[in-house]
Amino acid sequence: MTKADLVEAVHTKVGFSKKESADIVEMVFDTMKETLEHGEKIKISGFGNFEVRDKRARVGRNPQTGEVIEISARRVLTFKPSQVLKSALNGEDDGSGQPTSGD
Amino acid sequence: MTKSGLIQAVTTKMPHLSARDVEIVVNTIFDSMTDALQGGSRIEIRGFGSFSVRHRRARQGRNPKTGESIAVPPKRVPFFTVGHELKQRVDDGRLQYPIVKTKDSDDADESEV
Repeated sequence: MTKADLVEAVHTKVGFSKKESADIVEMVFDTMKETLEHGEKIKISGFGNFEVRDKRARVGRNPQTGEVIEISARRVLTFKPSQVLKSALNGEDDGSGQPTSGD
Repeated sequence: MTKSGLIQAVTTKMPHLSARDVEIVVNTIFDSMTDALQGGSRIEIRGFGSFSVRHRRARQGRNPKTGESIAVPPKRVPFFTVGHELKQRVDDGRLQYPIVKTKDSDDADESEV
């Protein structure tokens, strides 16, 4: 699945024109990227959380040569899937009383 | 930012749309993505990242409280890989923007997620 498939889904299920659907889908991801860039986490209930974390600099090692290298401080993005999504992938009830999507 | 915050932000940027319309679109996006992962498909959003399904073998686990040995069945787990553009942008943001701490009220709904 690519962004084009999401645009198609929005077009057929919601009824916006393809152009309009593409613009909105693009704006949704742009807004998410901007929010994460600004150091803010995003919580999508039923799907998961996108979290931004600062990592301290540390000393690493090149596994091939054994050479010691400095790994600089950096900021990373992590995704923590929601219980609802994890359950949906395993054909389980998530215990929330809500139907899992794709019903 | 929660899903409703995302809906609000998109509506502000596209004032010709109603919040209700944007909400339906956002829900359609995440529902479609959930369906794709459920069907075992990989999702690739250029500039954002990709989602794939990883398989975990069955293993012998242990109840940490009782020490009792239990069989953990094989599972499928969603896995996200951040895209190059977003990875770079998030890292670049480090020097400019401090990490936004969420309020307690915001974390209260974490368990429902």
